[in-house]
Amino acid sequence: MKRTLQALGNWFNSRLRVKEAVMPMLEHPIPKGAAGPKGWWYVFGSASMTLLFLQIATGIGLALVYVPSADQAYASLEYLNQKQPLGWFLRSIHYWSGSGMVVMVVIHMTQVFLHGAYKYPRELTWLFGVGLLLITLGMAFSGQVLRWDADAYWGVSVGAAMAGRVPVAGPSLVEMVIGGPTIGASTLSRFFAMHVFVLPGLLLALLGAHLWLVLTRGISEPPVPGKKVDPKTYDAEYHEELKKGEPFLGDAMVKDALFSSLVVLVVVGLAAYFGPKGPHGYPDPTLIGANPRPDWPFLWLFGLLSLCPPGLETFVMLVFPILLVIGLIAVPFISNRGERAPSRRPIAVLLVLVGGTTIAVLTYAGMTAPWSPVMDAWSKDPVPVNIVKRSTPLELQGAAVFQNKNCRNCHALEGVGGRRGPDLTHVGVRLTKPQLIDQVSNGTPGGGNMPAYGKHVGPAEMEALAAFLVSLRPANHPAAKEALDPNARPRP
Amino acid sequence: MSEPSPRTEPKPPRRNVLLWITGGVGAAAAAALGVPLAGFVAGALNAHPEIWVPLGPVSDFPLNETRLTTFLQPKELSQPWDGPAGKAGAYVRNLGKDAAGIEQFWVFAMNCTHLGCPVTWFPQSGLFMCPCHGGVYYENGDHASGPPPRGLYKMPWRITHGVLEVQAPHLPTLQDTLEHPSKFVQLGLIDRKTTT
Repeated sequence: MKRTLQALGNWFNSRLRVKEAVMPMLEHPIPKGAAGPKGWWYVFGSASMTLLFLQIATGIGLALVYVPSADQAYASLEYLNQKQPLGWFLRSIHYWSGSGMVVMVVIHMTQVFLHGAYKYPRELTWLFGVGLLLITLGMAFSGQVLRWDADAYWGVSVGAAMAGRVPVAGPSLVEMVIGGPTIGASTLSRFFAMHVFVLPGLLLALLGAHLWLVLTRGISEPPVPGKKVDPKTYDAEYHEELKKGEPFLGDAMVKDALFSSLVVLVVVGLAAYFGPKGPHGYPDPTLIGANPRPDWPFLWLFGLLSLCPPGLETFVMLVFPILLVIGLIAVPFISNRGERAPSRRPIAVLLVLVGGTTIAVLTYAGMTAPWSPVMDAWSKDPVPVNIVKRSTPLELQGAAVFQNKNCRNCHALEGVGGRRGPDLTHVGVRLTKPQLIDQVSNGTPGGGNMPAYGKHVGPAEMEALAAFLVSLRPANHPAAKEALDPNARPRP
Repeated sequence: MSEPSPRTEPKPPRRNVLLWITGGVGAAAAAALGVPLAGFVAGALNAHPEIWVPLGPVSDFPLNETRLTTFLQPKELSQPWDGPAGKAGAYVRNLGKDAAGIEQFWVFAMNCTHLGCPVTWFPQSGLFMCPCHGGVYYENGDHASGPPPRGLYKMPWRITHGVLEVQAPHLPTLQDTLEHPSKFVQLGLIDRKTTT
């Protein structure tokens, strides 16, 4: 049996000549260190690629059912979720594997950065990697649009509003992005073509180039403190290193295979436990109450745009991302030689720590979005009973005014409600009655965070509201008093 | 794997002519294909006709109340398979007759001027609020607080035979609002007359 198979294999190979072409690639020598225990640092790239293949397989599966048409897409997603056997699972894997791909690409890049593996002669390997990161993010955004729900619709609207700020070309850019004057059928078709044809084509081409360089320029040896990269001598040193090297087809490949298998297991596990994402609200722009949020890879940007001062906003939207990309591209040209070990490169370590912390904090801010009004807090969250237990009838009336005038959308009581403005649980300690009336009537001086309510709160309502706000203090705590300086006007 | 490589001999001069011809024909082929293809891709930039959509009789809009009014985008600005995305909304407020006895309205697009999210009208406090970054507008559309750089986009309206009509809106953005002719017209790229 074995002999027959071997003969069959030989028959094919003598015609296809595959073995001669493929085996040298699989058996190409890699530095000894990369095949040893330190080889575990090298598994993230192949895991990213494994997830890409998972995306292609599940993507083809989804394309069998999904209808990329604005009037049918939502229904076909629900059909996948509810009717198509295991359709929910395929959608779920596609979402979690896509998320995993973003994570793996970022980890892979961080490892390459920390180990200085981008230095001579692997500058182009890094550059193609930057391209792969950008396309992966492009896939994440276009994929979010294909989930044709309210988030998708308003996500495109936000993207278009940003593009619309580009000087002069803005309006044309908007129409190119959405495919016409309004968001609709052409928009979805455009993002479908990008997500299914254009970006995957680019991705595979760049991946091919990336892997070609991995083969021709080789993977870097694990960094050793004190062993510096010098472009003049590196090639010869690396050549010597490879003489003692080991074939990739061996320990290194086993590590890749094991880690990739674990990653796939985790992805499938997450997919099975959490299920697919959405589709959430119907993509009907006239349905108010939509609360658009980007998918997690873009929450940091959502946070950044919300927190940056208005004057910097257009810069942050249009110039900052370009600077980030230029920065990434410049990495191997700024530091092309010298130490590779992270223990000798404090700036690189600091950059990763600061950058990672920034992204994490902004993502958390984007998740909690304290700057967003809670649109239904005024009708959903009652005034805490604690607060009104001993209230006078006038104060109770004020509590009703407080709720009815939507104050709660931006102001929390006992931590519940909007957080755009300050929590008012103890505002009576901070502001006097005249100050409160002034603040409510005229808003933040100079047009700040709080709108002026003067026209929409009648005198009787204002009297009750002020009484209620003054009563908001801890038990036995005196009310705030006017400062001696008559011009002093503390902020709430 | 070692195939004999083709022998290189000095080329006769007519080969150069063939090279020139190939270059010329190739360029012609690229242009013949590329120009229409670029035109197809840029098709989204075509001028959009100015179309008026009826929102309903003036009597449908109660005095001094802001109402969300929805309508379908006209077929000239949409595609038959737009589905729910082919709908559009506007906040309409009937201001009553002015001194000259002419009905006056405020008609605002739903898109926040900050980043295009949908604003919600709160009649109790007379404010429009945006759920994304907390932009707030007064009932007359003026910016009240938060990050928006300007007030709500105003939609052109008119009354024809007692029916309130609005100009079918494109997606409004800061440089291409609904209030004045689009940037293309301003830049002279499109003749205003051909768009009407």
